Amino acid sequence: MNTQNHLQFLDCEGVPTQALPKWAEEPDWFLKCYHFMVLARQFDTKAIALQRTGQLGTYASLLGSEGIDVPVALSMQSDDVLVPYYRNHACQIIRGLPLEDAFLYWGGDERGNAAIEMGKDFPNAVPIATQSLHACGVATAMKINNLKQATVTFIGDGGTSKGDFMEALNIAGVWHLPVVFIINNNQWAISVPREIQSAANALADKAIAAGIPGIQVDGNDVIAMREATNQALQRAYEGKGPTLIEAVSYRLCDHTTADDATRYRDNDELKAAWHREPIKRLRGHMVNQGWWDEEKEKALLHEINKTVQKSADNYIKMAPQAVESFFDHMYAELPEHLVEQRDWAVVKAMPGGSHHQEGE
Amino acid sequence: MKHSVCLLEAVNLALASEMRRDDSIVLLGEDIGVNGGVFRATASLREEFGLKRVMDTPLAETMIAGLTVGMSTQGLKPVAEIQFMGFIFPALEHIICHAARMRNRTRSRLSCPMVIRAPFGGGIHAPEHHSESTETLLAHIPGLKVVIPSSPARAYGLLLAAMRDPDPVIFLEPKRIYRSVQQEIEDNGVELPIGKCFTLREGSDITLLSWGAMITETLEAAAALKEQGIHCEVIDVASISPLDTETILTSVRKTGRLVIIHEAPRNLGLGAEIAATVAEKALLELQAPIARVTGYDTVMPYFRLENHYLPNTQDIIDAVTQTLEFS
Ligand SMILES: Cc1ncc(C[n+]2csc(CCOP(=O)(O)OP(=O)(O)O)c2C)c(N)n1
Ligand SMILES: [Mg+2]
Repeated sequence: MNTQNHLQFLDCEGVPTQALPKWAEEPDWFLKCYHFMVLARQFDTKAIALQRTGQLGTYASLLGSEGIDVPVALSMQSDDVLVPYYRNHACQIIRGLPLEDAFLYWGGDERGNAAIEMGKDFPNAVPIATQSLHACGVATAMKINNLKQATVTFIGDGGTSKGDFMEALNIAGVWHLPVVFIINNNQWAISVPREIQSAANALADKAIAAGIPGIQVDGNDVIAMREATNQALQRAYEGKGPTLIEAVSYRLCDHTTADDATRYRDNDELKAAWHREPIKRLRGHMVNQGWWDEEKEKALLHEINKTVQKSADNYIKMAPQAVESFFDHMYAELPEHLVEQRDWAVVKAMPGGSHHQEGE
Repeated sequence: MKHSVCLLEAVNLALASEMRRDDSIVLLGEDIGVNGGVFRATASLREEFGLKRVMDTPLAETMIAGLTVGMSTQGLKPVAEIQFMGFIFPALEHIICHAARMRNRTRSRLSCPMVIRAPFGGGIHAPEHHSESTETLLAHIPGLKVVIPSSPARAYGLLLAAMRDPDPVIFLEPKRIYRSVQQEIEDNGVELPIGKCFTLREGSDITLLSWGAMITETLEAAAALKEQGIHCEVIDVASISPLDTETILTSVRKTGRLVIIHEAPRNLGLGAEIAATVAEKALLELQAPIARVTGYDTVMPYFRLENHYLPNTQDIIDAVTQTLEFS
């Protein structure tokens, strides 16, 4: 058991670097993949615009991670469980998160975590690396309950420095848990570059000490990502245990809208990374195969633009939650003292009250 | 030299000033070096003091706190930054099980002169886990000192004192007022005392006690009440551990009425400890029940509703009015 070298099928222009897998002969999967990557990117553009105009809170852009999240989400079964960090909205949207709800979450509204479509998927983990252990708990439950399902969890390159992550790999190895760990190695943890996080050659090498397979994959190459994810999921379904996938990509954006990467990051590095980006690469492959052209591109952009705009409009029109909502879900049954506090909050929010806000 | 600075810049000024004076001070944390901190609290310190004294660490709070404990026992004075207080929890094992007790368990053979800085509190429309006020958790731990500045001058003076303290100090920075007020301060290396309250406004009718960002609303309320002829004494508790009970009791004995204001949840908030102390020591001098204006005992709501959670100036005015009406 050892880590494998960088898995890649397509170069930056979408030209194969080795024989493609059999499934890659059919266009359908690629068209779907492309659709969702473009959707994710347009959602992202809209979210940043909303943030800049004060209609959304601090937002973590997904720019540059489309080639990881989309093939992973498309490889998962609906009854698998996703345990995300905070940069997996592309994956979540494919798994059923309505765009409106994605906006709601970043708009500072808990209803963004509530969509029934999310099934047993976890909400975003902001405290770095905590999700890795939750994923192991979920996978343990699957194993105890004899379910042929897998748990998929993401983490950033920075997050791999936390003990939680190593503890998760460790227990997943010991218990042969049906879990797939995916590192979005976008080279930066806010201002801290990858080499300051770990002296390991590849982050996938962290699998070695846990005794589990680790593989480094070109995260801008959807074929490589699908291959690696499928193999890892198969292992999980067959009871063979966990896999660590290091998806090598690049954060093409600021860390969040509250960040300014020009303070610490070289612009030439960013420019070079754009050359490797995943959407252009997939489009190149599809054009080369004769599956895609200008006209289809225009139609798709137009259709997605309409969808995203409509969801943004719906989001903006949505009335805020009632004040009592932040009490009502504290416990299955609200304790007496909270019933009293809830009444105070409701009264204060009424016209004439100390917390009344116009328009509420 | 005088500097016109906000609270955030005062933190930076104190760090730079003390690092020039004391070579044993080293800084460590996430994004504090090249980036100068996500809020810019350590801006330009890497340039002045170099890699060995301003260290960008991997992303791991347990590691940061554990290293800090180790370094502090060996003649260094580490000042660690936890990027947001909501991410201090992995560090607590080292802070509680080691930093807070090293002196005691070695009968002073070793000690942990170290500072852990963290921004805290709500009101800036931040994402989840970036807005809580959990200062009580730390104030509850024997062996720690917990200090919260509420003005640029107090940030400067108290952070100097924290860095010179022989024991571990948790220095919590109210980020809602990081940039709200500018103040002229002299970079003269003069510290302010830890373990003392600061009386910001004298008054004879009622005592208002608060700390951190809520000092802003408390002072606003006092100014508004003055228009109605009500004279509030406003005290910034500043060191929530150890607590300066003498200043608090003296004021309450004078006014006979007390309102405690904090952003943190009500249940077991520091207000409870202060109220208990006043009840123990000065119950018969009170002319009205002690009132508390606090956050609710709920999870901090996401930011769209956070203003409903945070106490505001009117809440303080209402509590003062009710306390004064009691007879
Ligand atoms: C425990 C914890 N510490 C610090 C933070 C603040 N923080 C948020 S994102 C981030 C960097 C994460 O980088 P990485 O893991 O590489 O993921 P990326 O954001 O690049 O996808 C930091 C330090 C946090 N959210 N949680
Ligand atoms: Mg990263």
